[in-house]
Amino acid sequence: MANAREVQLRIKSVKNIAQVTRALQAVSASRVRKAMERMFNTRPYATKAWQVLTHVAKQPGRQSLHPLLTERKEENGIIVIMLSGDRGLAGAYNTNILKATLDAFAKHPVPVRFISVGRKGTELLHRRGMDIMAEFTDLPPEPSFNDVSAIGRLAVDEFLEGKVDSVYLMYTDFVNMVRQDPINKKLLPLEIESSSGLVEAEFSESTGPSAAYVYEPGQTEILDEIVPRFTALQIFQATLESLASEHASRMVAMQNATDNATELAGLLQLEYNKARQLGITSDILDIVGGAEALAKTK
Amino acid sequence: MTIRCEIVSQDRLVFEGDVDIVVLPGTDGEMGILEKHAPLLSTLNLGVIRVRTDDTEEVFTVTGGVVEVQPDIVTILADAAESVEEIDLARAEEAKRRAEERLEGDAPEGDLDQYLALESALRRSNLRLEAVRKYRSGRAQLRKMDRQDPN
Repeated sequence: MANAREVQLRIKSVKNIAQVTRALQAVSASRVRKAMERMFNTRPYATKAWQVLTHVAKQPGRQSLHPLLTERKEENGIIVIMLSGDRGLAGAYNTNILKATLDAFAKHPVPVRFISVGRKGTELLHRRGMDIMAEFTDLPPEPSFNDVSAIGRLAVDEFLEGKVDSVYLMYTDFVNMVRQDPINKKLLPLEIESSSGLVEAEFSESTGPSAAYVYEPGQTEILDEIVPRFTALQIFQATLESLASEHASRMVAMQNATDNATELAGLLQLEYNKARQLGITSDILDIVGGAEALAKTK
Repeated sequence: MTIRCEIVSQDRLVFEGDVDIVVLPGTDGEMGILEKHAPLLSTLNLGVIRVRTDDTEEVFTVTGGVVEVQPDIVTILADAAESVEEIDLARAEEAKRRAEERLEGDAPEGDLDQYLALESALRRSNLRLEAVRKYRSGRAQLRKMDRQDPN
């Protein structure tokens, strides 16, 4: 059995760790609340915007409506936008999104280029030898639409120039505090069947969204305005979802770490007590033995 | 007969309900939407949205955006929208005063972007003040009586 002093040192370090993880847990708890609030506030707009886009894309003759909605005959290259965190210690958050991304795209038949958001994800992609065309790190803790619009613009530009034929978005959908799911969403050209995650389009049956729209002022003007913006908006919403997921995931991970550390400290304390008791017993034995030996010599 | 109406701004759901008619400031002029309207997609101008149900009318200011009309639903995606009842008068006046001051003051010549931003800020606060003056409750009662006059 380890001696009492060694055990005491370990108890001390375990308690230190528990203190740190508890602090991180508290920080994440307050961040996740803020992030969730923002995410829920913008969800209605993002959902409706996506619905409008799907309605537009469902019209007959969508191929000629707008370049961003046009499906290309063949796929020669794709872009994958992956949203991850800048920091670790968030449980499986970063590895989950990476795993989902690699599962979906590592063996893709055409060249895949990545736009990576978040330092951790970038590192992980780099290590796997993926082709990263751009990385965005150090987003502000509460990103605004303008902070992320550059990401969308980059993807849209590449798509319009014909360098890639599809753009996918990998992000983490915030379901609740203990559940966050990696989502793979086709951003460009718009996938009508897409029915995953937050932006599930609910069609009213009676509407039959196949009827063509009347446009005011004109079809080109209005589609030019809304299609790129609503696409960028989906990235923005995905960023908020991912951010809330990251904080939630980190909070749960830190909570587990604190619990484990507390439990371990308890076990070590028992061990320390035993070692201490053992020490005392052997000390007493020594003294008694010594006293008896003295008595005998008298 | 009613049509569903949903107004969302970028940061929240502003209004949701079944209504008789929605009157919107479209880019090509004001339009009233009743149920079974043909599918329509239009951009919105700065102005007010009026939503009428039975005898009551709710008024919202909008600073621009997009509206999608389906036969049974009107979806308004506003850049910013608020109910006339919740406009903060003091803040709107303050914003107007500030914008006017800066427009006249340092005369931001050369910087066209800044000038335009200021001008649109001024237009927005004017819209808010105007909307409150015209539509805030109390006055709404008055207008309701006006409407009944012709009958």
